[in-house]
Amino acid sequence: MEELNALFNGFAVALTPFNIMLMLVGVMLGVIIGVLPGLGGANGIAILLPLTFTMSPTSAIIMLSCIYWGALFGGAITSILFNIPGEPWSVATTFDGYPMAQQGKAGEALTISFTSSFIGALFAIIMITFLAPLVAKFALRFGPPEFFAVYLLTFCSFVGMNKGSPFKVLSAMMLGFGLATVGMDSVTGQLRLTFGSTELMRGFDFLIAVIGLFGIGEILQSMEEGLNFSGKTAKIRAKVVFETWAKLPRYWATSLRSCLIGCWMGITPGGATPAAFMSYGLAKQMSKNPQNFGKGDEVGLIAPETANNAAGTAALLPMLSLGIPGSPTAAVLLGGLLIWGLQPGPLLFIEQPDFVWGLIASMYLGNIAALFVVLTCVPIFASILKIPFSIIAPVIIVICSVGAFTVNNAMFDVWLMLGFGVLGYLFKKLDYPMAPMVLALVLGDRAEDSFRQAMLLSQGSLDIFFSNTLVGTITTLALVLLFWPLISKIRPKKVALQ
Amino acid sequence: MRSYFLPKPYKSINMSEQSNQNALISMRAVEIIVALAFLIFAIVIMHGSLKMGASWTSDGPQAGYFPFYISLIILVTSFVTFIQAILNKEKSNEAFANKGPFRQVLAVLIPAFLFTLLMQLIGIYTAAAIYISFFMVWIGKYPIWKSVSIGLGVSISLYMMFEYWFQIPLPSGSLFNPLTLLGIQ
Repeated sequence: MEELNALFNGFAVALTPFNIMLMLVGVMLGVIIGVLPGLGGANGIAILLPLTFTMSPTSAIIMLSCIYWGALFGGAITSILFNIPGEPWSVATTFDGYPMAQQGKAGEALTISFTSSFIGALFAIIMITFLAPLVAKFALRFGPPEFFAVYLLTFCSFVGMNKGSPFKVLSAMMLGFGLATVGMDSVTGQLRLTFGSTELMRGFDFLIAVIGLFGIGEILQSMEEGLNFSGKTAKIRAKVVFETWAKLPRYWATSLRSCLIGCWMGITPGGATPAAFMSYGLAKQMSKNPQNFGKGDEVGLIAPETANNAAGTAALLPMLSLGIPGSPTAAVLLGGLLIWGLQPGPLLFIEQPDFVWGLIASMYLGNIAALFVVLTCVPIFASILKIPFSIIAPVIIVICSVGAFTVNNAMFDVWLMLGFGVLGYLFKKLDYPMAPMVLALVLGDRAEDSFRQAMLLSQGSLDIFFSNTLVGTITTLALVLLFWPLISKIRPKKVALQ
Repeated sequence: MRSYFLPKPYKSINMSEQSNQNALISMRAVEIIVALAFLIFAIVIMHGSLKMGASWTSDGPQAGYFPFYISLIILVTSFVTFIQAILNKEKSNEAFANKGPFRQVLAVLIPAFLFTLLMQLIGIYTAAAIYISFFMVWIGKYPIWKSVSIGLGVSISLYMMFEYWFQIPLPSGSLFNPLTLLGIQ
């Protein structure tokens, strides 16, 4: 009940007219970002971050997290109407959403997907409300070895959960760690790997990397494909909404399963994209008539949309309670906390209860606002996509450049952003994952600090990572995940032999 | 982000449509180049961290201790990727980019570089107006008056938003600031 009290205090913090206005602005911006090519949750928030420096941290995070909710909802619009996923996590939405739109049921498909998104997010927020304080309390006992073990687990799970080459995952991740070490060493104060350049003394800012990798990289890719948007127009009538809502309770089992998958994949840094695919796959397997999937099955729309929003929201749990983000967007929000002078981690719940509970309360309100906005304004958002790419592309590049410049007021960063853009294009085409690289760049310094502190405690012996049950379990789990690609390769062979 | 996440069948149809003579460079070649770039990156970091000292002293690990092991891991993983790419002959038939689409990519990338250069030299507001109008006329084949008015519109709204509303100064040009001609700055 302690949590409920805290939550009500949080509502008191979040429910000021100014904050409610920020919520609506954030959601609107978020949906637009979700619809536009080249702008997504992570880089959209990264670009807008400098604009929030003058606000109070609570207002700032309310606005930025609402942009995130908007982007999570908005990705579905283009998937359903144009068969083009606005965000990677809404790819699975195209499978059954677009056929529905083709059958003239666009309004119904949009209503189902928005409502499912809302249910997924709500489930994850309720989980955060009750679980995050417990995790934070538990994590208060963590010392440097435990923290390093959790970092290890985070990064190893990228290797274990990625379907592509584990070596490419590791290369991309270590590139992030390598770039994170550039600049001033926080322990010895020595300059590292700057090669005499004054620009490199500041190090590589991950916000620049996010803007370049996700923004410029995506524009380049969109251009290569020569996108032409031709799609269905849609209006959602109130009658359709209520009729669809009346049908939805029938699918409670799918919803619940998708919520659980989403939460699990969000907390472990699997992310929203695999969560959506996994949920879609499971729904198809368990369906009585799987042949309907891909032809406009409602279950095939509910499953991925519920899971991706649940995962996207649940990714904030480890960010708030441990200071370890579960997705690139959560990482950008974490970067925001650091800039506003807040130290994310278990102590945040004790030192800044207003901030934490204001944020959690705003998640409830923000998602309600997002549901309202997307249901009422779909035609406006769909018309944004009708703007030709030859106008959108240069405008987005200008916006990205402004975003990159304002992070540190440095022209060098704009050049860096272009470099990261080319890198992002290459990475996409060659199947190098970007999320682990971004997270490594964000967490590199802190992972290194906890590693070095642990090493100091143990006088350089790695045994410290197995010195008690807690740290030993986490480390073992991490190692299992790291070698999972290898383990899963050996296992089927054994089965085949039998 | 898009093509990657399109359903698989869609992608494969696309692939078979692309004939090999149009291919600019094979997937395998780019795989090898990127793996080599990773190897070079690893060696640079390794060299740098060894120079700082990557061992253990009386007060704990030296500054290069952590980066050294990072570079070691990159060295191993990118070497494996390199070998895999060399052994995988199939990918030499797969195109990394075809001429037409790749020209499109360059059509975005090169103006973006020029824009950044202009932004550094004459400031972001003038550069943005020129860049957007130019891009619209060149790629979008829009009439000049339309392109220029959109370019100016974006530029002016940027100015209002940053210089007035948020009071965040954006680059005004290291070589010459055209806004001084208008008497604004």
